[in-house]
Amino acid sequence: MPDSIGYAQAAIWFLGTILEVAVVVCAVTRHSFRRYLCLNLYMFFSFLVSVGRYQALSHFGLRSSEYKFVYYYSDAVLTIFLYLALITLYLHVFDEMKVEKYVRLAAVILLAGTALFSYGVVQQSQHRMLTSFVYELSQNLYFVGLVLTYLLWGAILKLRETRTQLIQLVLSLGVYFSAFAATFALENMFPKLESVTYIAPVFGCLLPLAWAYAFWRFPHDARMSTARLAMVPR
Amino acid sequence: MATLIFLLSAAALLQFFISYSRSLIAASIKQPLSAEVRDVTGIPSTAAGEDFARVIQLLDLCPERPEERGRLRAINAYFGLLNFVSSTLARVIPALMSWTEMERAQCAYFAAVTLDRRIAFSRDMLAQQSEV
Repeated sequence: MPDSIGYAQAAIWFLGTILEVAVVVCAVTRHSFRRYLCLNLYMFFSFLVSVGRYQALSHFGLRSSEYKFVYYYSDAVLTIFLYLALITLYLHVFDEMKVEKYVRLAAVILLAGTALFSYGVVQQSQHRMLTSFVYELSQNLYFVGLVLTYLLWGAILKLRETRTQLIQLVLSLGVYFSAFAATFALENMFPKLESVTYIAPVFGCLLPLAWAYAFWRFPHDARMSTARLAMVPR
Repeated sequence: MATLIFLLSAAALLQFFISYSRSLIAASIKQPLSAEVRDVTGIPSTAAGEDFARVIQLLDLCPERPEERGRLRAINAYFGLLNFVSSTLARVIPALMSWTEMERAQCAYFAAVTLDRRIAFSRDMLAQQSEV
């Protein structure tokens, strides 16, 4: 088995890392960095994690336990960070309702619940490894993220939110979460399916690409009607 | 459990992708086409789904703007999805046929607006080169 990644995987990885930087650069250039601080910090940390993973890969090799340790732990931390970024999008949408306190409380309870559920699943298995818990937590958080994004999209349609940038950020996050949740599920259904290894990093590039576009293309005060975006005309 | 999660995620992915593509189209649908692009593409004021392939061919002739690449691919994929729905599901559910045709027409209009921008971009580049 190869102890390094192929050219195609390396190219996708490099592209993803560049796009993560591009998001922060676009947000700073268009004065949206502070408005969507958590999203931008997530992208910046993703960039740092990419660099860290590359260091681990070049020092220890793809099959090493050290690389796997770095990979899965950083993935769990990033997923939690993305979950928090999603919660800040909730705060943007419910800004005028003054329900900030309740959204934060619900987010913490949900995160703790997901962690406990993941712990419970790992506890029942034969290999009670911490790495299994981290993997399980990431997988469950992707699905929770998908459900939360779906609810947020429903709220956007119901409240007739019109901020184009916010709509684009939420929709691209929805595509990202659902694509990753589907990929994780596919991996569980067919553990030997090789193509999943390539699909996941490609999906990973889509989120920074869409966010960079949203920051670059749309001014923060641009508006659009959500009535056009629902699958069922409203 | 994994199968259920996969089915739910795939359904959500489809819905988010359609809404995202429509949000990209919505951002350019209000922009009127220049007389030049209307002449070149043969699109009078409203486009039809059949125009899409022709406009894409014209787009390939113009220098690409890097910031357009991603969304044009997304709309291309969306158009492919609409074609698939139109040739499969829409035959069973006729109400879907008019919806897919309307969406395909908007994809064509989006491509025509992109062509308009590319032509303007090429013209600017030529003007800058001649100044140098």
